[in-house]
This record gives sequence, C-alpha cells and structure tokens, in this order.
Amino acid sequence: MKCAVVQFPGSNCDMDAVKAINHAIGESADIVWHTVASLEAYDLIILPGGFAYGDYLRAGAIARFSAVMEAVAREADRGKWVMGICNGFQVLTEGGLLPGALRRNESLQFRSEIATLEVVNAETAFTRHYRAGETIRIPIAHGEGNYYADEQTLLRMRERGQIIFRYAREHNPNGSVDDIAGVINERGNVLGMMPHPERAVHERLGSADGARLFTSIFESWREAYAKR
Amino acid sequence: MPSGEAQIGNDRQSEREAATEAAMEEPTAEQVKERGLYRSFGLTDEEYERIVSLLGRQPGYVETGIFSVMWSEHCSYKSSRKVLRRFPTAGPLVLQGPGENAGIVDIGDGLAVAFKIESHNHPTAIEPYQGAATGVGGIIRDVFTMGARPVALLNSLRFGSLDQARNRYLFAQSIAGIGGYGNCIGIPTVGGEVVFDERYDHNPLVNAMCVGLIEHGQIATGTASGVGNPVLVVGAKTGRDGIHGATFASAEDPHAKERSAVQVGDPFMEKLLLEACLELIATGKVVGIQDMGAAGLTSSSAEMASRAGSGLTLDVSRVPCREAAMTPYEIMLSESQERMLVVMTKGEEHVAQEVFQKWGLEASVIGTVTDDGLLRIREGNRVAAEIPVTALVDEAPVLDRPATRPRYLDELLAEPKLTEPEDYGQDLLRLLARPTIASKEWVYRQYDSMVRTETFVRPGSDAAVIGVPGTGKALALTTDGNGRHVYLDPYAGGARAVAEAARNLVCSGARPLAVTDCLNYGNPEKPEVFYQFEQSAAGMSAACEALRTPVISGNVSFYNESHGVDIYPTPVVGMVGLIEDLALITTSEWKGARHDVYVLGALSDSAGSRSRLGGSEYLAMRDPANALRHAPAPLDLDAEAALQRLCAEAIRKRLIVSAHDVSDGGLLTAFAECAAAGDLGADLNLAGDGHALMSLCFGEGASQIVAEVEPSNAAALEDLAAQMAVSAVHCGMTNSDGALRVSAAGRAIVNIGVAALRESWQGAIASWMQ
Repeated sequence: MKCAVVQFPGSNCDMDAVKAINHAIGESADIVWHTVASLEAYDLIILPGGFAYGDYLRAGAIARFSAVMEAVAREADRGKWVMGICNGFQVLTEGGLLPGALRRNESLQFRSEIATLEVVNAETAFTRHYRAGETIRIPIAHGEGNYYADEQTLLRMRERGQIIFRYAREHNPNGSVDDIAGVINERGNVLGMMPHPERAVHERLGSADGARLFTSIFESWREAYAKR
Repeated sequence: MPSGEAQIGNDRQSEREAATEAAMEEPTAEQVKERGLYRSFGLTDEEYERIVSLLGRQPGYVETGIFSVMWSEHCSYKSSRKVLRRFPTAGPLVLQGPGENAGIVDIGDGLAVAFKIESHNHPTAIEPYQGAATGVGGIIRDVFTMGARPVALLNSLRFGSLDQARNRYLFAQSIAGIGGYGNCIGIPTVGGEVVFDERYDHNPLVNAMCVGLIEHGQIATGTASGVGNPVLVVGAKTGRDGIHGATFASAEDPHAKERSAVQVGDPFMEKLLLEACLELIATGKVVGIQDMGAAGLTSSSAEMASRAGSGLTLDVSRVPCREAAMTPYEIMLSESQERMLVVMTKGEEHVAQEVFQKWGLEASVIGTVTDDGLLRIREGNRVAAEIPVTALVDEAPVLDRPATRPRYLDELLAEPKLTEPEDYGQDLLRLLARPTIASKEWVYRQYDSMVRTETFVRPGSDAAVIGVPGTGKALALTTDGNGRHVYLDPYAGGARAVAEAARNLVCSGARPLAVTDCLNYGNPEKPEVFYQFEQSAAGMSAACEALRTPVISGNVSFYNESHGVDIYPTPVVGMVGLIEDLALITTSEWKGARHDVYVLGALSDSAGSRSRLGGSEYLAMRDPANALRHAPAPLDLDAEAALQRLCAEAIRKRLIVSAHDVSDGGLLTAFAECAAAGDLGADLNLAGDGHALMSLCFGEGASQIVAEVEPSNAAALEDLAAQMAVSAVHCGMTNSDGALRVSAAGRAIVNIGVAALRESWQGAIASWMQ
C-alpha cells in the first residue's frame, strides 16, 4: 500500500502518522510537501494534525487553498482513501470534502487527554476491525474540535451511517453536536476525526486502540488490490 | 528587472531616506551626556564614565543603547556572575557546559540531550499570554540553535493566591500562552509544577524549559569566526516590539513597565524557523548560529563575536524590517521574536537562502566577520556605532554585591505550636484541595503532552518520561523548587530543590544526568536578598556535588519585587535523567491491591524529635500568620544520596512497582496521591501521637519515598534496604475496597473513600477557575 502524509507549513503530526503506519502495518509512508500537484501514486492519503499555516483566520481555512488540496480532491473523487486527523479533519471540512464544520471548543480552552470513544459504524473501510458499539480510548489534542452540522445534514448523515465515532456519553470534551468525534463522506472513502489514532498504536502511549484504523484500511486495500 | 524587485528596491530606498532623517534627529553624543539620557536606559553615572574611558570618547546615542542592554543585569549577569562561577559544571558526560545557548550531555549511542530553562517573569506580569508564550518560544530557539531537535517542554510557575481575580487572570492567561505556543509548534509540554502563594501576587514566575535530542556530530555553536564570512539575519522581520525588554526585565515594579516592551510570539513562524534551521545546520555550511533573544541583534552579534574573538560589521539598512523608517537604534534593540543570526561559510550564502525560501522565510546577508575586534554598525555608509566587543562583553561590570544574613532567619522557632487535629482525614482533604497541592490536571489538559508520540509518562507522575527513538532508552524530566523552604533556610532550601528533582527522576527509573537552573530572586541590591541568592546557590552546588549532577545551563532573574516586597527566593531546578531500559520506567500511582506499601528513608530525622512542619503547606494552612516563623527540618545530603541509591537499585532489580517522592503536603498527601491516581485504597499504620504524629503525617522533611512492592518481593526489598543502610518501614497494604485507612498506634486517624480524595484533589483548581 502506498501511503502519503501531506505536510503543510505548520503540520506537526506528520512524522507521528508515518511512525504509526510503520508500526501498525509495517508499511512505509512518504511525506508529501504542500506544493505537490499530483497524488496519483498513492492508495492512502493522510492529512495530519498540526496548525497548517498557523491556523490563522480559522483552522484549515488557508490550507484548503494549497496546491496539494486539488490533488487530494481529485484522488478522493477517484475513490482513494483519505484520512484527516485533527487539523486534517478541519482542512477536509473547510475544503468541502466532508460535511459540517469545526468550531472552537465550548470551554474555549485547548483540550489534551485520552478520550473515550464509541465506535458507531464498524462497517467502513477504516473501521472494519472494530465492533459497533465498542468503547475505545484515543488521545485528543485540539482547541477547535466542536463539530457542527445542521439538523438536516445530521439526519442524512445518521441515515447513511456517516457518523463513525462518538465521545462517550457525559465525556464530550468540546461540545460537539451529537457527541460526534469522527465522520465519513457518503461514498465511504474520506474519513475525518478529531482524535489521534496515530498516537495510540502501542501500550506505552497509553492505548493501542488506534492501530486498528490502520489495520482496517490495510485489509481494505489488500482486498481491493486482489480484485484488481 | 522584474517589477516585484524594483518595487522592493524603491521601498528600501524610501525607508533608508526616512531612516537617515530619523538618524539626523538622533541625539548627539554630547546630548546623551548633557541630558543624562543614559540614565533613562538604565545605566548609572559610574557605568557611563566606564564606557567613556573604555571607548576613549563619549558614546553616541546608538552606542549608549547598545551598552545599556549589554550591561543590563539580564545580559551581563553582573550581580550573579561571581556566584554562578561556583557551580560544579564539569562531568564525564558533559559535552557543553554553561556559556552557550544550551548545555549538552552525552546519553550514549552517539546521541546527546540539550536542555536549558529560562525565566520570562517580567513580561508575564505585564501581558501574561504573550509573556508566557514568548518565554516558551525563546527557550525552544535556545535548544534548536544548538542543532538539537526539541522534543519536550516543561515549566515551573508561581502565581499569587487564586482568591484574587488578578491572579486568576494571570494564571489562566499564562497557561493559555504556554499551551498556545507549544501546542502549535508541535513540541509536547510534558511536565512542570505550579505553586500558589501570596508572595507572588504581583510577580508571577514563568520559567520554561526545553529539551532537545542531537547527534554528537551535529552540535552547532554561537560563534562568529572566519574573516569575510557572511552574517545573515534569518526568520521573521524586525519590528519595533520589545525594544529595551532586556533593560526593563531588570527594573523593579513590572507595572511601571511599558506594555510595548513585551514581545508578541508567532509559533507558526517559529515552527518554520525551527525546521529551516535544522535543515540548514544539517548541510554543514553553518559556521555559527545564535538565537536573537533578549536585546536582539545587539546581544546576539556581540556574543557571537566575543566567543570567536572576532569582530563584525553589520549594515542595519539590510535588515528586513516590518515597519517603515526604523532607526539603527530601534533595529539594534528590537526584540522581535522568531529571528536568528547565522554566520555561513563564505560563498555558501545561497544555501541558506534556498533552505529558507523553501520554508517561506527570509535570509538576508547583513554583514561580515572581521578580525578587528569591533562591533561596527553601519546604516548604509554612515557608521552608527563602533564598539570593541570586549568592552561590551568582557568589560561589562561585575559587581560584588554585599550580602547580609536577614534578621528573620535568626528569629525562627523550631517547633510550631499546633494542636493535634481532631480529624486527620478532614485536614488531609483540605490540604489536597489547596491549589499548590491539588492535581494540576486543569493546567496540563490544556497542553498537548502527546505530540511526537514518544511520551511514555504523561504529566501527573513524579517525572515525565519520553522515549529516545531508536535506542530502547528514555529520558525522565522534571522541574522542582520550593520558595518557602528557601526563604526559611536558603542553603538547605537550595540543596533541597536539587535533591527533590533527582529523587523524582530516580522514582521514575532514571539516573539523574545534569541540571539546568532558573534562579528567581528579588532585588539583588538589597543585601538580604543577595544573601538568599548566594546561600541558596551554595546549597544547590553542594547537592549537585553530592548527587553528581553538574549544572550545564541556566538563567538568573532578579528584581522580582513589587511595592517593596520581594518574592521568596525561588531557585528552580530542571533536571534530566536517563532510563537505560524502557522496562525500568516507573510511575507513582498504586498499581494493584494487596501490595505492600513501604516508606523508604527515615520517618523522623536522626535526632528523632525535630519537627518537620516548618515551611510546610500544612502549617501554612493551619496557621498562616506563623507560616514563616518556623525553621524547616534540615536536609542530610548523605542520607538523601543513600535513599536515591536504594530506590534506583530496587527499581533496577524490579522489586518495586510504583514509587512516589514525598514532598509538598507530606506523607499523607503522598499516600492520597498514589491512591487517587491509581484508584486503589490502602490500610496503613503509622506510629506516634501528638506533634510527632502531625509532623510524620504532614511534615515536609524530604528524603522519603513511598514504594509499592509485590508481597513476593517484600523480603528482598527489606534485605536490600538493610544492606544499603537505608530505613524501609512497612506501613501496610493496598486494598481494593476503595478506601484509604490510616491508623496510628492503634487509633484510626484517616478513613476516606478514594473517590472523595480524588474529588478534593482533582477538582480544586477547576472550582477556583469556573
């Protein structure tokens, strides 16, 4: 599987994503600079956490205009897997690849802790190694993770199984609507989540629950590859 | 010529014309003297005369400005230099001691750790968010300037009492600033300490520490050598912010200081600068590189030339400016953040320009290295300043400040007159809810402590632990200090800070390597304050010798006084230790039920009767009016070293599963923290009654560790302790029924649910801040 981790000026979880891919599935990953115009060669594209362009104006608002985002949109259209983690999720919603928006945390404070999540939909290419309803622990670290989508959009997302992760009841760290922590597009190939699965790939980090996101996508790729 | 460049050319020209006009309005050397302008820069009459004799003429306006910052307390260490020379700084593992941007220690495998701590107290008192944020930004630059990749941040903070709105504002904004900078740049903030005391009401302390990893061959230094080599300013543009920040940092009463002297940080810019500098250093074409921190271009250029014994000629009209018509004076003294001064090998300027262009940053040649020993500042063809580098650095005044033992030290009483509490449990709950003792979760949940995915022990244990990639080793990191103890016994208090830091590392499974210190004091012109400084530094030195942890870097902050009241003398020790094997990583929370609980280290001092309540948080809670009237218990460095050897050996032999240093709040607090963090209770027995029991429960005598041992290893631990001649007292066992029960001589003194302990301990700060 060919993996790309996009590096914007201000990305800071890019190396963590590379390390997690190495650790969880034994694959290497390329760091791809934000000026790159084509991502055709890759099967999985990760938009990592950080503060792209300083998150000035609004998280992800400037990054969505960078050259590489056209390539990301093109590959997403072709059905390639795209995963936005934290700041990457913000870039994807800003760029219209995922529904909704991410507002400042209700507390108006940055939150960094290991969050408890519920896996809502375990039937996606990204979550097949989880069980629906399973509780997992994945770190969060964000100031703007308060997910919002209007009622109609939410209804549609619920019907189509687009809500992938929720914060455990009573433990929503940012005030997101419907406790949403991660969502997927209708087609099921673009995932965005505020929690950092790449920070939870072995027990020394406090949890290994994030590794299965990477093993899930790896198995999905192997299946697709075999069909081809 | 492309139109863009022509445009820039025109701008430069008009700026230069405007600047020349401004320069013409600049006061003359004569006016500087006649009007006594040098005094407003913080220079004394004697210092001015010294400058005249060093130069052989009257200094011009820009020259006076340059001298004033270079000879300020902040840059010259004129009050502290003689005392700092007494710290032990050598050791077999020290690759770089004090004097550079950061110290460096060998950790094997061709790797080394670079670290330093620095204060940003005065800016924080005026503008807490930016003051704290730029403190973090500055210390990060000090570490990557050495060529090291910054991998962790810590801090040590002091605020006034939270019942005042102003203190809550300073606290909340400082935390937000620290988090804002570290989170954005992507360096985990993994540890630190926060203490609240009214003594810091108008003088918050923000000390920031950065730790970096470096390969031996990649070490860069701040030297400007090689005649003809180009000098570049890289990174952010220069603006009018922070002018004279270094001078103001050395002035009393922060509130009289100007807000404009506080710098504004841009962590995004620094992230780019960090990546670009490390990429540039890796090319091998860098001769020297230095952070532009306090006193900006002035001190960075003078220090780089001084280290190399060279001279520099700089043209300020070539410095990219953010504002129009900046004068040479403003450019030389600006403290705009996120800038570096770089000396490249001649002919390799383009390498710097290419690397910086990739990161969207500027790299501008502003001058060259010379061999005439002069710092020559030009503005185009006009010479704005010409000063021998030695006059700025080596000839800076070194003062012999008088030191007088403060009278209060001779009036201290031994044993506080406290009645025994009716209910030890209730006192414990109240103590746990004191902001100084309470869990700092409210603080550290605002810091990204996990980015870089090497944080193996997150904030909240005795020390933070981060992995060293590719080695199977880890680093343990801590900051420690206790101003009240230092106030009550400067020498022992200084030693205690070092001992506690080392103990925290040892409890985490590490071997302490070296120290960086941040020395925060009041006004050194007061002989009593200077005594506190001298004595506490001597105590620190003694402990550094005893525990074999040399001082490799540090910083001094004086004039932390307000309305005539000085802060407690507050030396803060930042310490780094090496964990040789990840399996040895040990944390403080209790791990399992029906494990034996031991206290390592003597339960009372050798005399057996001396109270340990002097200086304690418990005494401050019970009898605030007399909190500063009782001497703390003495510290026995030999006993401390023996205790640490025992703990290290027991961890190495895998005899203990958790270890927790007994410090602020005393033994019952330590038990409660082990219980609350581990979600386990315990049934424990102590001896004694009356004052001795209070002292045992709540006293802060240092040299104690709570150790949890699986029953199968209990005998081995006792044997080891006996062999190493350290007391190991079996106090009872952990339980799974959710209650901490302590009895003394058969009398039940504490019986509290772990949930209730946790509620008091964890919720306290949040409840103040709602």
